[in-house]
Amino acid sequence: MSAEIAIRHRQGAFLLDVAFTAERGVTALLGPSGAGKSSIVHMLAGLIRPDHGRIVLEGHTVLDTDKGLFVPPEKRRAGLVFQDARLFPHMSVETNLLFGWRRMGKRADAAEIARIVQLLGLEPLLQRAPKHLSGGEKSRVALGRALLATPDILLLDEPLASLDQERRAEILPWLERLRDIARVPIFYVSHSLDEVARLADQVVLLDKGKVAGFGSVFEVLAGHGAEKKLGAVLEAIVGEKEGDLTALIFDGGRLLVAEAGEKGKKARVRIRADDILIAREAPTAISANNILPAIIVDVSLEGTRAEIVLRCGSARLVARVTAASVRRLELAKSLPVFAVIKSVTVEGT
Amino acid sequence: MPFLTPDESEALLLSLKISSVAVAVALPFATATALILSRSFRGRTLLDGIVHLPLVLPPVAMGFILLMIFGTRGGVGAFLKDHFGIVLVFHWTGAVLASMIFTFPFQVRAIRLALEARDQGLDEAARTLGAGALDRLINVSLPLALPGLVAGAITAFAASLGEFGAIITFVSNIPGETRTLPLAIYTALQMPGGEAEAARLSALSIVIAFLFLLAAQAIMRRATRKNEG
Repeated sequence: MSAEIAIRHRQGAFLLDVAFTAERGVTALLGPSGAGKSSIVHMLAGLIRPDHGRIVLEGHTVLDTDKGLFVPPEKRRAGLVFQDARLFPHMSVETNLLFGWRRMGKRADAAEIARIVQLLGLEPLLQRAPKHLSGGEKSRVALGRALLATPDILLLDEPLASLDQERRAEILPWLERLRDIARVPIFYVSHSLDEVARLADQVVLLDKGKVAGFGSVFEVLAGHGAEKKLGAVLEAIVGEKEGDLTALIFDGGRLLVAEAGEKGKKARVRIRADDILIAREAPTAISANNILPAIIVDVSLEGTRAEIVLRCGSARLVARVTAASVRRLELAKSLPVFAVIKSVTVEGT
Repeated sequence: MPFLTPDESEALLLSLKISSVAVAVALPFATATALILSRSFRGRTLLDGIVHLPLVLPPVAMGFILLMIFGTRGGVGAFLKDHFGIVLVFHWTGAVLASMIFTFPFQVRAIRLALEARDQGLDEAARTLGAGALDRLINVSLPLALPGLVAGAITAFAASLGEFGAIITFVSNIPGETRTLPLAIYTALQMPGGEAEAARLSALSIVIAFLFLLAAQAIMRRATRKNEG
C-alpha cells in the first residue's frame, strides 16, 4: 500500500527534483503555486513523462527511465480528479461515472457502485447533463468517476480550487468520507493549509520544485503556513462534557472546547501559533481554559521574534513569541514549561 | 413536383443524388485527413496545400485532369475498367468523384476546426480512465467534433450542388446521367426561349443552397451551446 516516486524533470528554467514514498492514507502535496505539485500528480498519472525517474504504484513499476519503461496513463490505474472536473459534456452523469469502470475491468460490482453513488450523493444527478450541474456537483461526479474506475492510487489535483468558499465547505465533508473509505493511497494537491490540516495524514511540503519537508501532518504543519501562523495540528478523541465545555483527550493532555462531535469520535484540532503563550510556572488565575505541560525542543530567534517548538505528548506545538520574552524567561531547549492555549479550532472527522 | 417539368425534376434529383453520395463517400476520408492535419508533422503544409488545391484550381482544368487520369484510355481509368469494370467517365459516378474532390476542402476545414477547438483536457481525462487512442477518438473526440462534421458535410453538399466546370468537362452533359442542376440551367440557356426555365432552376438552386447554409449554421450554434460548461 504505497507509492514511491523519485523524479528529476526540467521544464524550461524550472527544475523539479523530488523523491519520497507515500504510505496508505492521504498524502498532501502542499506548496505555493509553481512549486511543482500539479506536475507531480500528472507524472504519477502518466500525463507528463519525466526526463529521469522511477515511479512504483502499489508494487507496479509504472516508470523507470533507466530501463526505458513507461506505462501510459490508460494502463496505469491512477485515478486523477482534475481541478476543473473535466466531465464529458456529451454524456449524462451516469455515463460519465461508468466511463472508467467500463474500461478498467468493471471491478466494482453493483453494490459497490451503489455505495459510491450514495456516498457522494449522486442519485438525483444521474440523468442530468454536466452543464446542468453546479461546481460542487461537478466535483463530486468527477470524484465518483475516478473512484468507480477502481484505481490503485487516487490523485486529487486541487479539486476545490475552482470552487468558491461556500462550495468548498460543501465538498470538504465528502472528501473526508472519501478518505475514510478509500482503500488506496490518496494524493491531495493543495495550497490551502486549512484543507491539508483537515484531510491529510502525511504532508510533502514543496517549494520551487524541491521537497522542503515531509512527514506526518501533525509534525510537518506546525510552524508553517502564511507568516507561520499555524501552531499545531493534533488529533484527539472527544471525551466527557465538563459544564458548558467538552473535553478532547490526546496523549499530551486534555483540551476543553465549546463545540466538538459525539463522544468517542476522532476530532482534529488546529491551533494558531499566535494563540500559544508560554509560561515557566502553571498560571492559576487566568481566563484561558487550556494549559498544557510541555517541553521545549527548539528555540530559534528571527530578529525580534522567536519560534519555540514544544513537545506535548506526541504532539508538536509551535509558539511565536518575542525575542525579549525568550531572554526574560530564559527559554531554552529541554526546559519544561506550560503552553497556555487561548483558542482552538475543532474540525470533526 | 408540380411546378417543374419532368426533365427539371430529373436534374434536381440527380443533383441531390450525386451530392449526397459525394459527401457521404468523402466524409471518412475528410475526417481522417482532418485528424492528420490537426497534429504537427513534417510535410503538413504540403498536405494542407494539396487538400486546399481544388479551391483555387479552375474547375475546367480539374475536369480535364480527371479525364486524363480516369478516361478509359488513361492509365487509372483503363485499370479500373479492365479489373473492376468501373467506368467513371460519362457516368454519374464520375460526377460524384468530381464533386468529392471539389468539396473535400470544405469538409476537411470544418472538421479540422472542430477537432482543434476540442478540449485536450477531456482527452487526458479519458486516458486516465483507461481509454486507448482509438477509443478516445470514437467516444470523445469525434462526438465532440460531430457538429463540425455535420456542418462541414452540409456546406460541402451545398457547394457540390453548384459544381459545373469539372462535371461538364469530365463526364459531359448527359440527360438523366450527368445533367445536374447547373448543367440543366446551362442547357436551357442554349435553347431559344429557355430563359424562363433557366430562371426557375436558378431560383431553385439558390433556395436549396441557402437553406443548407442556414441549417449548417443552426447546427453549429446549437452544438456550441450544448457543449458549454
